[in-house]
Amino acid sequence: MTDRTEPRRAQVGDGRDGEGREGMSLIQGDSQPLLSIRGLKVEFDVPGGRLPAVGGIDLDLGHGEVLALVGESGSGKSALAMSLVGLNRGPRTHISGVAALNGQDLVAKSEDQLRKVRGKDIAVVFQDALAALNPTQKVGTQIAEMIRTHQRVTRKRAWERAVELLREVGIANPEQRAKTYPHQLSGGMRQRVMIAIGLANEPAVLIADEPTTALDVTIQAQVLRLLKRLQTDHGTTVVLITHDLGVVAEVADRVAVMYAGRIVEQGTRDQVLFAPQHPYTRALLSSVPRIDGPAQERLPAIAGSPLSGVDRPSGCAFAPRCTFAHDACNSAQPALIHRYGMPGQLDACVLGPDREKVAVS
Amino acid sequence: MKVQTPLMQVEKLSVEFGNKVRAVRDVDLTVYEGETLGLVGESGCGKSTLGKAMLRVIEPSSGAIRYRGLNITDLRGTVLRSTRAELQMVFQDPFGSLNPRRKVADIVAEPLLRARGADKKTARETALDLLDLVGLGREAGERRPHEFSGGQRQRIGIARALAPGPRFVVADEPVSALDVSIQAQVINLLADLTRDRELTMLFISHDLGVVRHVADRVAVMYLGEIIEIASRDAFFAAPAHPYSEALLSSVPQLSQEPRERIVLEGELPDPAAPPPGCTYHTRCRYAVDKCRTTPPPLAEVQPGRSVRCHLPLIAITERPNA
Repeated sequence: MTDRTEPRRAQVGDGRDGEGREGMSLIQGDSQPLLSIRGLKVEFDVPGGRLPAVGGIDLDLGHGEVLALVGESGSGKSALAMSLVGLNRGPRTHISGVAALNGQDLVAKSEDQLRKVRGKDIAVVFQDALAALNPTQKVGTQIAEMIRTHQRVTRKRAWERAVELLREVGIANPEQRAKTYPHQLSGGMRQRVMIAIGLANEPAVLIADEPTTALDVTIQAQVLRLLKRLQTDHGTTVVLITHDLGVVAEVADRVAVMYAGRIVEQGTRDQVLFAPQHPYTRALLSSVPRIDGPAQERLPAIAGSPLSGVDRPSGCAFAPRCTFAHDACNSAQPALIHRYGMPGQLDACVLGPDREKVAVS
Repeated sequence: MKVQTPLMQVEKLSVEFGNKVRAVRDVDLTVYEGETLGLVGESGCGKSTLGKAMLRVIEPSSGAIRYRGLNITDLRGTVLRSTRAELQMVFQDPFGSLNPRRKVADIVAEPLLRARGADKKTARETALDLLDLVGLGREAGERRPHEFSGGQRQRIGIARALAPGPRFVVADEPVSALDVSIQAQVINLLADLTRDRELTMLFISHDLGVVRHVADRVAVMYLGEIIEIASRDAFFAAPAHPYSEALLSSVPQLSQEPRERIVLEGELPDPAAPPPGCTYHTRCRYAVDKCRTTPPPLAEVQPGRSVRCHLPLIAITERPNA
């Protein structure tokens, strides 16, 4: 296959017109989202009412990008991701809206249909690898089983592929490690095994839910480097769920910031992290204790705590904690649209760029 | 330079667990009155064990602990109890360490009753004052721990630690379980309290960003040993131990430009069988033959700065007794 594409590319490079057209068609191909989410809601029945974990989200995921979903606990970032793979379905969960992966709506799929997609087209890596792995099975067997769930290959071939995957995720002596049980491995090693399972069927989308939160920084650096390599070497699209803005800066191409079940700001890494628009994004960024820059004696903290109950204000959910809040903020739910940010940068704040009151949208 | 009075000192302190794992190995460390010393390192390095051993929550297997010059290593009974009132601890998991059945006022008052022998009414009044001080308000006393969020529970934990009027506090990952926005609130609270109450604090954390904001000095542990001690500014400006350098380089940073990072290969060696020579040589990118055979001492390389390395990354300006 490579042999065929290489000369074609060379040909295109020869003629200037050809190159231009090829470039344009590539860009058009890339702009077709791989995953398109529209009006996604996830609600849980809890004592006292319905908890709107995800309150109506629109989000597109491009081919081969790393999208970071950022937020604090209870912001709905995990609930959103789990609903894509149907892992939080149940009698007390209400999921509505559309999440189309290559045109197929994941929300509308039955559990049986979803099982065929999960692990093959879209896979998840959890924070707690020890809980997610089967303690009674060798890690090699667990990877091999994931391969055989979706591919018709022999046990022997699946095992060989499992060993190969362990090598790919940076585990030394993969032949030996494949024969060990999860508890015999360190935290960083288990997280790599989880990633290997996630990659077993070369999914188009890999959802990584706080994949490095339980790891020490030196091991975290290794795992982040691995995630970045997946994107560059395999073109895997990665949804990285994290609360760590430093991690976002290291690996993300695009960022969506969540607060109380909604996206409050969205844009490229540089836009959201280095030219943030929404007061929450700004406050969050400034409250991060950093190891570079001037050492502040006091950290700018955000007063109050995130919303956790079933009751949500009619207006902006961040208004009660926002330094700039006006009456306008409480009247209606602000839409996530382009306002004063850079091209393509969206935010859900009705205040003007200097935080003065403007017309409600 | 202001005069530094040692408040808490450990000498040749070791803590051994089963299977001959020496979690803390011959540690010498001084915490000066009024300072906050940040103790950093990765999981399993022994930082938490060292903090607990200082307060004799865990008994050391050898070595000495001196509090205000008094050897408290073998104290027992009443004397230990009254000394303990001055030595308190704040834990990472505020929920696990708060009795869910009791009212918050009783939880906070308890160490006062036990350690100081205060009467119930005084203890309760003090508890309510403290709840107010940590920003929860006096009315929080009538509620129970589960009614509070993580950040608020950590405030309860801090109020409880303050109740007996301690001079020395060991805070073990006190903000690690909190969200960023809440973390900043609690860090600021701790800074205010240490200043207003002239507390001395050992602040244990794996988060170097947090340590930079709270600590006056930084000590780094690796496999049970202190490998570097320096002032906060000196440490973050230019770490002297290769491990400190790698640790700082590994921290994901909010910098717009991509930067060169040192990604440490391999994992922490088995603490039960630490490598010979310098225990870090297996992962060190600068290691030479000497490092594989001869353990380096923790030596002062600049005034107030000590490094356990044959080839420290800074120029040695002064090496006493060399």
